[in-house]
Amino acid sequence: MITILIILSIGLAVLSIAQLMHVFEASSRLKGDSSPLPTDAENKYQSKMMLVFLFGYFAFFAWLVAKYGDKLLPVSASEHGVALDNLLNFNFAIITLVFVITHVYLFYFAFKYVFNKDRKAYYYTHSNKLELLWTTVPAVFLAIIVIWGLGEWIDITMDETPDDAVVIELYPKQFDWTARYAGSDSTLGASNYNMISGTNPLGVITSASLSEKIAELNEEIAEFEAELADAPEGGLKEEELKEKIAKWNRQLENVMSFESLTTLEKGKDDILVKSEFVIPRGKDIAFKFRSRDVIHSAYMPHFRAQMNCVPGMVTEFTFKPTITTAEMQEITGNDAFEYVLLCNKICGAAHYNMQMNIKVVEEEEFNVWMNEQKIFAEGFVDDGGTSTATVNNEVELTMIEQ
Amino acid sequence: MATAHTDHHHEETFISKYVFSQDHKMISKQFLITGMLMAVIGMIMSSLFRLQLGWQGESFWILNFFLGDKWAPDGILDPNMYLALVTIHGTIMVFFLLTGGLSGTFANLLIPLQIGARDMASGFMNMLSYWFFLASSVIMVVSLFVETGPASGGWTVYPPLSALPQAMPGSGLGMTLWLVSMSLFIVSSLLGGLNYVVTVINLRTKGMTMTRLPLSIWALFVTAILGVLSFPVLFSAALLLIFDRSFGTAFYLSDIHIAGEVLERTGGSPILYEHLFWFLGHPEVYIVLLPALGITSEVIATNSRKPIFGYRAMIGSILAIAFLSFIVWGHHMFLTGMNPFLGAVFTFTTLLIAIPSAVKAFNFITTLWKGSIRFTPAMLFSISMVSTFISGGVTGIILADSALDINLHDTYFVVAHFHIVMGLSAVMAMYAGVYHWFPKMYGRMMNRKLGYAHFWTTFICAYGVFFPQHFLGLAGVPRRYYSNSEFPIFDDLVSINEMVSIFAIAGAIAQFIFMFNFFYSIRRGPKASANPWGSNTLEWTTPVEHIHGNWPGPLPTVHRWAYDYSKPGKEQDFVPQIVPLEDGEQDGGAGH
Repeated sequence: MITILIILSIGLAVLSIAQLMHVFEASSRLKGDSSPLPTDAENKYQSKMMLVFLFGYFAFFAWLVAKYGDKLLPVSASEHGVALDNLLNFNFAIITLVFVITHVYLFYFAFKYVFNKDRKAYYYTHSNKLELLWTTVPAVFLAIIVIWGLGEWIDITMDETPDDAVVIELYPKQFDWTARYAGSDSTLGASNYNMISGTNPLGVITSASLSEKIAELNEEIAEFEAELADAPEGGLKEEELKEKIAKWNRQLENVMSFESLTTLEKGKDDILVKSEFVIPRGKDIAFKFRSRDVIHSAYMPHFRAQMNCVPGMVTEFTFKPTITTAEMQEITGNDAFEYVLLCNKICGAAHYNMQMNIKVVEEEEFNVWMNEQKIFAEGFVDDGGTSTATVNNEVELTMIEQ
Repeated sequence: MATAHTDHHHEETFISKYVFSQDHKMISKQFLITGMLMAVIGMIMSSLFRLQLGWQGESFWILNFFLGDKWAPDGILDPNMYLALVTIHGTIMVFFLLTGGLSGTFANLLIPLQIGARDMASGFMNMLSYWFFLASSVIMVVSLFVETGPASGGWTVYPPLSALPQAMPGSGLGMTLWLVSMSLFIVSSLLGGLNYVVTVINLRTKGMTMTRLPLSIWALFVTAILGVLSFPVLFSAALLLIFDRSFGTAFYLSDIHIAGEVLERTGGSPILYEHLFWFLGHPEVYIVLLPALGITSEVIATNSRKPIFGYRAMIGSILAIAFLSFIVWGHHMFLTGMNPFLGAVFTFTTLLIAIPSAVKAFNFITTLWKGSIRFTPAMLFSISMVSTFISGGVTGIILADSALDINLHDTYFVVAHFHIVMGLSAVMAMYAGVYHWFPKMYGRMMNRKLGYAHFWTTFICAYGVFFPQHFLGLAGVPRRYYSNSEFPIFDDLVSINEMVSIFAIAGAIAQFIFMFNFFYSIRRGPKASANPWGSNTLEWTTPVEHIHGNWPGPLPTVHRWAYDYSKPGKEQDFVPQIVPLEDGEQDGGAGH
């Protein structure tokens, strides 16, 4: 009822404005103001407004910088990030200059050369000299930006990763992250999505996880077969179960084929963690990314690091942290500060809350921490990660089933 | 043949005149009004999600009013619906308003009128183009009402998220309808685009050489070529996605374990989709932008009473931008794990585009210099377009740099960048075009005072919305986040989000000034004269009342370029293109 009234009153308001307009226009026509072109007074007024806008725009810009300038990302906590910040600042200097100069000209000309019936505009069709000038000057600046920028890009993406780098795999799914350290052998064990289970969220392949998965699949197949025996013949349920059994058998076949792998023991000493991972200061951290379901993106803004996680392929990014969490807490003056890993590629309902803490510590402390962690062979307990996200996902899944 | 055409004065029925019209002027109005209605939907959506972003987790009855108990229980927006809103907002604004609405309106209106043709090369194809557009719009709107919600994977609909209904509710029926709608949209674009290209090449009137074409036509012509070359690639991307969704193929899928089960389809790659999508997606940016630049050229020259500066350089930069736009798509994919060398190449080509773009901006500014500027609402919108083109363009230099993109990719910095350079520029130019050519479309004038009010509220709110978003991006806030409150590092930025939302909603309300002015003026605006702005181009030599075939007598003959404003030695401050050159007079466009 209220909505109808609201709609009705909006409609009436529009109608009455239309009537007012009509009266207004009729009266201005009577006054003889029927030219489609702006009056002198209007031109003057608008030209002054151009100048007002120019100052207003710059003032807004300056105000934003003053108010939020110190709320942006703090100093970069990685080696390459510092170089990137320098490059970014250089870029900002140039584009701010260009922005200010062009806007001053644009709005000043608009203000100055307002229509005047006694002054004819200057018939100026082109000038090769001027056009050459503003083709070459941007080209020179862009050349500097390209050369510097690509230098950094090559440094970041093409440098050899040193042998003593800490190897970490980040494996996202809807809607949490799991990190896996290579362990004492510095090699990540083989993994496959067919191997994923409640106790093996990354599908790591070791002889133990293999037999466990084979047993699990066999058990499930047996359950389906028992159900099938009870299911009414020729029904939908029967068909569904038959399909399931066939699918589970194909997966079993895939899983069994891993038995011939020669790298089965490499995964035993891998370390899996959720909700927080720890990295040492001053060592290269070589990240490898996969994804379980959809595209995610591992974004670590404080380290100026980001890479997409794409199902079906492995992507990489390496950086060297330079500031520990404790130091950064001092720099930012915030005792609760933590480095974070965010998801930065739309991935579903809880995309906004797919996080993991990153702790940067001194190397000795890191080694102590590593020794305290359980290795994969000792079993992995899922601590839930970002728990609210998991709940949301379940809600979503039940919705689809309906 | 052309003169025989004019003798057709058969009575037209309501259906053939307004509904199944083959007249380019009517089709242009159809595109405009359909585009406007779609834009209103897209705009309301943005206001709704801005409510959530500005005041996160708070309850608003208006959310409940629009979205109901399912998607906004107790007036609090559901995260899935948030994603659906940003997805459909993006799709509608990019495709339905700024591609279909902008090109459809102005290519249809201006191409025949400004080149001196009776109509498009194929009126029937032109009509089909509109009807495919309408059908695709209707399907897109219908997809908002399906039970699992509309497509929600972002306007780029990357698989596997968009390919698997298990991944999110929006990837169910809503996504299917999205793909169907986009396929029809592509057909519409191709039918329209082919027509525009053929018309410009074949149907120019006597004397209308390519170097006498107004820049608006150059821009629309090149835009059509871009569309014809790139939309088929999106079509194939969509087709493969339809196969993956419905027929069990694995073009984009591999190694996936979702909803507790293994997905048995392997061997594809989502990166393939990204390549196909952005091969359209990047030219698409210029499909949106070039017509805007063309309209701005016309409006600025006419209202500065001065020739557009560097006419040939303007054509050159349109062509250069168009060519380069095909070899830069990879800059959307720097972080997909592609070969770093490839990334370097795309950085280089992308930064090259800055040069022709800079030339255009400088030439616009020089056109104002020593002009005699009349501040019609169209002129104000055009000046603001130059401002947004520069403000948004310069941040593109940062994002084009693959190294800097690492930290800014998919943050609000990107949102600010493309909304200003592409969204605002094109919307401002579209408004300029509507205010400028309204007398030609409807034979009446729009109200100038309301135009001024509309301009200033829109321009100020537009920057109020998007300028602060740069700061969000530099603080590391990712786009498409339903809420930032889960991360304490973003706590200091709450007030920016509030400010942005206030400007966004105020700006949205201001658009109703325009809507009112537009529909009021169609019926009751003062009658327009034949050439109200004192313009040189051919469309202003046609009678105010539309007739089929555009010119009552023979087609006009063109004798000069379109920009003889304030030419020395002339009585008036404009010389229409149909006025013959005097003895010894140089044609401005050809002179070097």
